[in-house]
Amino acid sequence: MSTPPPPFSGPPAGTPRLELSGITKRYPSVVANDGINLKVGPGEIHAVLGENGAGKSTLMKIIYGAVQADAGQIQWNGREVVVANPAEARRLGIGMVFQHFSLFETLSVVENIALALDEPFDLKALAIRVKEVSTRYGLPLDPDRLVHSLSVGERQRVEIVRCLLQQPQLLILDEPTSVLTPQAVQKLFETLRRLAAEGVSILYISHKLHEIQSLCHSATVMRGGKVTGTATPSRETPASLARMMIGRELPVCEVPAYTGIATPALTVSKLSLVPDDPFGTRLQDIELEVHRGEILGIAGISGNGQAELLAALSGETTSTPDSVKLVGLPVGHLDAGRRRKHGLAFVPEERLGRGAVPSMSLADNATLTAQRQGLVKKGFLRPKAAWDFAKRCIERFDVRCGGPGAAARSLSGGNLQKFIVGREIMQQPIAMVVAQPTWGVDVGAAAFLRQTLIDLSRQGVAILVISEELEELFEICDRIAVLAEGRLGPAVPKAETNAEKIGMQMSGLFAPADKEPAHAAA
Amino acid sequence: MPLLEPRPTPSARMRLLSPLIAITLTLAVGSLLFLALGKNPVEAFTVFFVQPLSSGNGWSELMVKAGPLILIAQGLAIGFRARIYNIGAEGQLIVGALAGGGVAIALDGVDAWWVLPLMVVAGAIGGALWGAVPALLKTRFNAEETLTTLMLTYIASFTLSYMVNGPWRDPEGMNFPQSIMFGDPALFSPWFEGMRVNAAILIAAVASVAFWIFTSRSFLAYQLTVGGLAPAAARYAGFSAQRTVWVSLVLSGLTAGIAGVGEVAGPVGQLNLNISPGYGFAAIIVAYLGRLNAVGIVLAGLLMALLYLGGEAAQVALQLPAAITGLFQGMLLFFLLGADVFVDYRLKPRPKPAYA
Repeated sequence: MSTPPPPFSGPPAGTPRLELSGITKRYPSVVANDGINLKVGPGEIHAVLGENGAGKSTLMKIIYGAVQADAGQIQWNGREVVVANPAEARRLGIGMVFQHFSLFETLSVVENIALALDEPFDLKALAIRVKEVSTRYGLPLDPDRLVHSLSVGERQRVEIVRCLLQQPQLLILDEPTSVLTPQAVQKLFETLRRLAAEGVSILYISHKLHEIQSLCHSATVMRGGKVTGTATPSRETPASLARMMIGRELPVCEVPAYTGIATPALTVSKLSLVPDDPFGTRLQDIELEVHRGEILGIAGISGNGQAELLAALSGETTSTPDSVKLVGLPVGHLDAGRRRKHGLAFVPEERLGRGAVPSMSLADNATLTAQRQGLVKKGFLRPKAAWDFAKRCIERFDVRCGGPGAAARSLSGGNLQKFIVGREIMQQPIAMVVAQPTWGVDVGAAAFLRQTLIDLSRQGVAILVISEELEELFEICDRIAVLAEGRLGPAVPKAETNAEKIGMQMSGLFAPADKEPAHAAA
Repeated sequence: MPLLEPRPTPSARMRLLSPLIAITLTLAVGSLLFLALGKNPVEAFTVFFVQPLSSGNGWSELMVKAGPLILIAQGLAIGFRARIYNIGAEGQLIVGALAGGGVAIALDGVDAWWVLPLMVVAGAIGGALWGAVPALLKTRFNAEETLTTLMLTYIASFTLSYMVNGPWRDPEGMNFPQSIMFGDPALFSPWFEGMRVNAAILIAAVASVAFWIFTSRSFLAYQLTVGGLAPAAARYAGFSAQRTVWVSLVLSGLTAGIAGVGEVAGPVGQLNLNISPGYGFAAIIVAYLGRLNAVGIVLAGLLMALLYLGGEAAQVALQLPAAITGLFQGMLLFFLLGADVFVDYRLKPRPKPAYA
């Protein structure tokens, strides 16, 4: 991942492809963009770097016409334009690949692409074009395959090909690698470099510093809605980029050794589940054991059984009693509330709507799972106790918010996550399952959350973390296993593995494939 | 391009203003309607909203009509908070009336204090059972309760028709489809001479207080509310979705059943085909107009009762058709739903032209 960027010849003398000056967008509670200037030349891969909430996405939506700026100018190939809507943007030659795909799972690749075209089309001819474009850019795609059978990486290809068909002069990619294996990331980068060499400008949004260093020619760094600097990534260090991005040094986690006795706390054995959802993943013979005092990481790309495994662990789906055990006690048949009573805590990946009720206050959200901490008495709520609980949680876990009365949805992702993690920790669990602990969380809060999890484990709690971010797993976990296509690989101490090996397993290639003989006699 | 954009947080002010806006718009459009019919709107509204309350009997009638509306709406609101849409309260009311009425008919001639309480209990059970049927269908077969509750209303209504035309027809009733008139032990006795208001209104009052405490303080109501606001969060917390369905439908059936007894043991005094002027449906509007809040429902119930009275007065004094009541109810709900959109959304400023 450390290939240096190809020499960049710089924009040819003349006009930049896109030039923003003084772009400002105010929302009722926040100034999302404050006088943003940005210049991208033809064939330039330009990074927009910043934490969540820095205003990157708003800026991209303004360029793509999905949001209108309150002030400022957009120059496109030297001409001032107002991009009224995305169709207008596409006509100008601006394409955007979104972080979350908007594909219809029951339709084929070519049908999905046809739906997004602004002009009339002929499905057969389009399929040929799709094939052409996709092979030319190293993004092989079968136009007739149904989208639900595609991997996440392949779905992203559909989105990219969809943009390329319209021959864009500027391609915007919003956090494109968050769903890809390390190997798939390399393939994507090759494609992007080829496009740039043909003169397509690329705006690449990310907060992953090493990616930006290996891919991008130039970078604009944003913080709090403002541009805090521009840089040539290859001449910077991750630390210097991080400083520009978060305004201080990148925090590092401390991982002390566990001094207690490591007895098994959470055990899963022979867990197989057929999902209700036709597009879900079947879990097959999951075996795992998390000990007190350790963090076990589960790597893998979402859609490989993560959601199903999490639900089976939390109790949102139930199975046979012995498939999940908590300190030897069979709990596989119990619902989430009963498992919590026995000392299992769970932090889901969706904070709003699952981990917390968006419109309810933090105090009311405390009651959601912490009812057994004296927040409910004889069937009646104790609002004062809930308020106090929420207040203690806010103070102890540094949740920035308007107090226990603040609605959950008014909090930023990182602060809500701190509240949810804090709420679960304050119930003194024996074992804790955490999904995507730092998804969409800014760097400062992410470091705090990781340290919190490490400290908790060293107090003797067994922690299971499911994450798509490999770096995060390597930072906090003691052992790592890979979940691919509904099967869980063996948990390996992190010193004995590396990103390369994990990446191989993510694509479903477990090293020793011990298959049964194909023609075994009955 | 959509005209609306979501608000960052739902507007609390709009939530309270919305019923007032809906009432204002209903009055405004009502005025146009009266004008189109050649009636003076001021006079019409006097007949509609002032005259009914200018006598003691008017207030008595207001209570008689508000009682069942409030009682049913309190039960419905529990389910609506949990997004369980029982729209068959009318049927549950009828079955409650049948159960309570059945007791009255069976015990005709028995002069004991417990006849009326027994009827209320029977009505509560009847309504609750009629609510339990869709609950069973939903939890076992995932059948949509909006459809099943409504369909069961027709079954209830035909059952009533069969009973008063057949087994329970008054032998001396000249073949009218009605039961015998209930005896005094099976009737709520009026509080004042010549007025119909009776102790049934106390049931609605007590229920309102009970529901207020239940919704604002109980853990069960909290669980139901979470189930409605964020089903995934309820599952995550381990709250039973099945229990939500059962509690919502059984409880709203129960209150509707009691309301049914209140009618047959009160103003109607027998089983016949006109035991409810659509209270079960109007209560849906009452529940939403009252913001699914126990106190709000009391106010909304009084307003809706006034619409019933005003509609009757308008028929007499202005020779307007009976449909006028339904028209006003419909407009009220229509404008309320329209105004409610602005709780979560606001108007989006128009974008500037394409090229500068």
